Amino acid sequence: MTQFLNYLVLGLTRGSLYALIALGYTLVYGVLQLINFAHSEVFMSGAFGSYLVISAVVGNGKGTSSWEVPFVMLLGVVTGAVTAGAIAWSLERVAYRPLRRRNAPKLAFLISAIGASFFLSQLFGKMFNRFTNNQFPPFFNDNSVAFTIAGAQVRVIQVVDILAALVMMVLLDRLVNKTKLGRSIRAVSEDAPTAALMGIDIDRTISRTFVIGGLLGGAAGFLFGLNFSFFNTMGFLPGVKAFAAAVLGGIGNIRGAMIGGLLLGIVENIIPTLPWVGTEWTDVVAFIVLVLVLMFRPTGILGERLGRAA
Amino acid sequence: MSAPQPLLDVREIEVRYGAIRALKGVSFSVGAGEVVALLGANGAGKTTTQKTVSGMLRPVAGTIEFEGRRIDGTPAHKLVDLGICHVPEGRHVFPRMTVAENLDMGAFRFKQPDPADLERVLELFPRLKERYGQHSGTLSGGEQQMLAIGRALMGKPRLLLLDEPSMGLAPLIVAQIFDIVREINRSGVTVLLVEQNASQALSLADRGYVLETGDIVLEGAGRDLLADERVRAAYLGEEIAAS
Ligand SMILES: Nc1ncnc2c1ncn2[C@@H]1O[C@H](COP(=O)(O)OP(=O)(O)OP(=O)(O)O)[C@@H](O)[C@H]1O
Ligand SMILES: [Mg+2]
Repeated sequence: MTQFLNYLVLGLTRGSLYALIALGYTLVYGVLQLINFAHSEVFMSGAFGSYLVISAVVGNGKGTSSWEVPFVMLLGVVTGAVTAGAIAWSLERVAYRPLRRRNAPKLAFLISAIGASFFLSQLFGKMFNRFTNNQFPPFFNDNSVAFTIAGAQVRVIQVVDILAALVMMVLLDRLVNKTKLGRSIRAVSEDAPTAALMGIDIDRTISRTFVIGGLLGGAAGFLFGLNFSFFNTMGFLPGVKAFAAAVLGGIGNIRGAMIGGLLLGIVENIIPTLPWVGTEWTDVVAFIVLVLVLMFRPTGILGERLGRAA
Repeated sequence: MSAPQPLLDVREIEVRYGAIRALKGVSFSVGAGEVVALLGANGAGKTTTQKTVSGMLRPVAGTIEFEGRRIDGTPAHKLVDLGICHVPEGRHVFPRMTVAENLDMGAFRFKQPDPADLERVLELFPRLKERYGQHSGTLSGGEQQMLAIGRALMGKPRLLLLDEPSMGLAPLIVAQIFDIVREINRSGVTVLLVEQNASQALSLADRGYVLETGDIVLEGAGRDLLADERVRAAYLGEEIAAS
């Protein structure tokens, strides 16, 4: 039981990070009908960006007093988000907008996405491979326990991850449903040419959508790096899993991405605790889920449609 | 009958889809307060003409002036600010938004939708009031058409472009829609109407133009075109009397 709860909490933690990343895939898919395969590198850039700022602020982390820790965390979330937001903005400008201008076929976008993904990954590797220790400075006690339920210890860092993700998801949901920017994103997702007839600038909306996805992904990059470690290819696995989560929830569906992320995180961590499985199956489970969804319900949990109305 | 300074003046526009030349030098004008009908067979270029006026397409040659100001090449989202509102062929309501949200989208160019406009739209289309909270993807075709027109009215149009508002609707609804278009026009909105339904369109229109494979081949007052035997033959399904 205790072990089950431990893995449930771990699943929730990972799941909230997957959800944050999945939102980036799903938002961009909504406005462009494009899987932005470079999003995993947008996520990765958030970890590097926040690392540069945080290590400059806290040095080796030994001198950080406990009341400063929440502020350093907040700083990490913000700098990770801003870095990745900027990368996502540039990515749209350089890798996608010129293709849109030329009415390029879908395949060209896909190739551009994969190219951008390799480029960013290698660029960060080249620029930052001098960091031998790819860990954030230990400015807080990684093992400090927030509370214990039924013998299962929930660490502070896990609470931070889950809360931060929840707050961002609530904010995003409000942005999408209650603001003018949100309405323009929804309108472009549903029917871009008609959105333009309402006075919506499609290019600007697409650009802002990339930035929003980047902000969320970058925040996740910081949190992920803080939990584990960071390196230039760190985006791949979480990226593919978040993509799976977005498909699970229904690609293009914002709430679906949140649910899909959480669900995938939980499932991939719970199933391996079954007696005859084992944690080495964690990654396999995630992809089995993806394959099953694609086979039996390709529109995902909340997705109603694949093609759009004529 | 055309006004001395037309609201919309289209001169010799040429529009291409890749190698296809869809408009080969189309000229027409719409005076302030007029209803002008654009008729023509399938594929004649009616939709292309409207899309070019609203900025969805860019002409490769020719000019378009709105109130004496060049607007060709200006993107659609900027033309909305001049009061050019386009109800596209096939309605194109936002299916996953409610009726209320669709109407709000029509007023996107303003900080806030004008409550007076909303009241008027719901008065013109009481059906939309009944369906106010419903997702518009689940509306009937006629209701969607009403919503598409209502949405355009929320943008305070000065020139309303209507592309086949009667398409696929029952005769009773068609008559209703044409009545409403007349009423909208009486309230001071200029209308450029594309229609297959030539007799209805011409009895509503002050003037009309007939397009044929990318060229204007006929123009005249609504009444005259309605009486023209070429129009009657081609678009009203009547036999030309053997001579
Ligand atoms: N996106 C496109 N790509 C290529 N050709 C197009 C495109 N849209 C229209 N055309 C062609 O341009 C010509 C004019 O089309 P348009 O849609 O303007 O006709 P229309 O008069 O509105 O016809 P309908 O009454 O059927 O709506 C047609 O020959 C059509 O095949
Ligand atoms: Mg047409």
